[in-house]
Amino acid sequence: MFNAITHSQIYVLDQDEALDFYVGKLGLEVGADIPLGFMRWLTVSVPGHPERQILLEQPGGPMMSEETAAQVRDLVTKGAMGGWLILTTDDCRKTYETLLARGVEFTEEPTERPYGTDCGLRDPFGNRIRFTQPRA
Amino acid sequence: MSRTASEDSNRRMLRARDAMDRAYAQPLDVPALARIAHVSEAHFTRTFRAVFGETPHRYLQRRRVERAMFLLRETGRSVTDICFDVGFGSTGTFSRTFRDIVGQSPRQYRKQAMAQPVPTCFAMAWTRPAR
Repeated sequence: MFNAITHSQIYVLDQDEALDFYVGKLGLEVGADIPLGFMRWLTVSVPGHPERQILLEQPGGPMMSEETAAQVRDLVTKGAMGGWLILTTDDCRKTYETLLARGVEFTEEPTERPYGTDCGLRDPFGNRIRFTQPRA
Repeated sequence: MSRTASEDSNRRMLRARDAMDRAYAQPLDVPALARIAHVSEAHFTRTFRAVFGETPHRYLQRRRVERAMFLLRETGRSVTDICFDVGFGSTGTFSRTFRDIVGQSPRQYRKQAMAQPVPTCFAMAWTRPAR
């Protein structure tokens, strides 16, 4: 049966802005950036882990009608679309300070949890991201 | 294309809602939230309700009650301490609001509650009591 998850997807409102955020601020790296004509196949991954790609997909035609795309964009900006990423880090507080200095919008400061230290942020579009320093 | 005016407005309201999630125990008021959203006070309450289907005040109440439910489940703190921990100004308001939203008193809730072993954001979002 299955042995890995290789790709997951979140909706972004603008792929150039998404690149600025996910690569320029969060420090992920581009896995693929391919203009297919009908869409721009744009993926990012954690450096050193190309086996797990995140597709940064822009809602729109011809995959969906303009009306549906507008609904998706509406939900993303309300934080209701369900785009979710949970990343891990070796040092949650240090990563938090680094990203804060880069202007990242945090929803939650580093907090001790039963499973480790973690915090929350949003991407520029409204998607939620967490990163966790797992308890040793 | 980046954002329409409506999408930009959604995002501003989401920023204010995130502030309520984060700073629920502080005396947040409409002027403070409107500043976070970079809109006028009158515009803020109306727009927040249009975007999320409830007033900012009601959202903040539900957030505080959700935190109170967590503390009742996971800690041994007294109901009075929890009332003030989550930002209510009096035990009377807390008990009335809790019962209104949850359908039972804080003490009744504590007796039958169970811990929820899922990531924090999911627990927060999915255990927030219904409107």
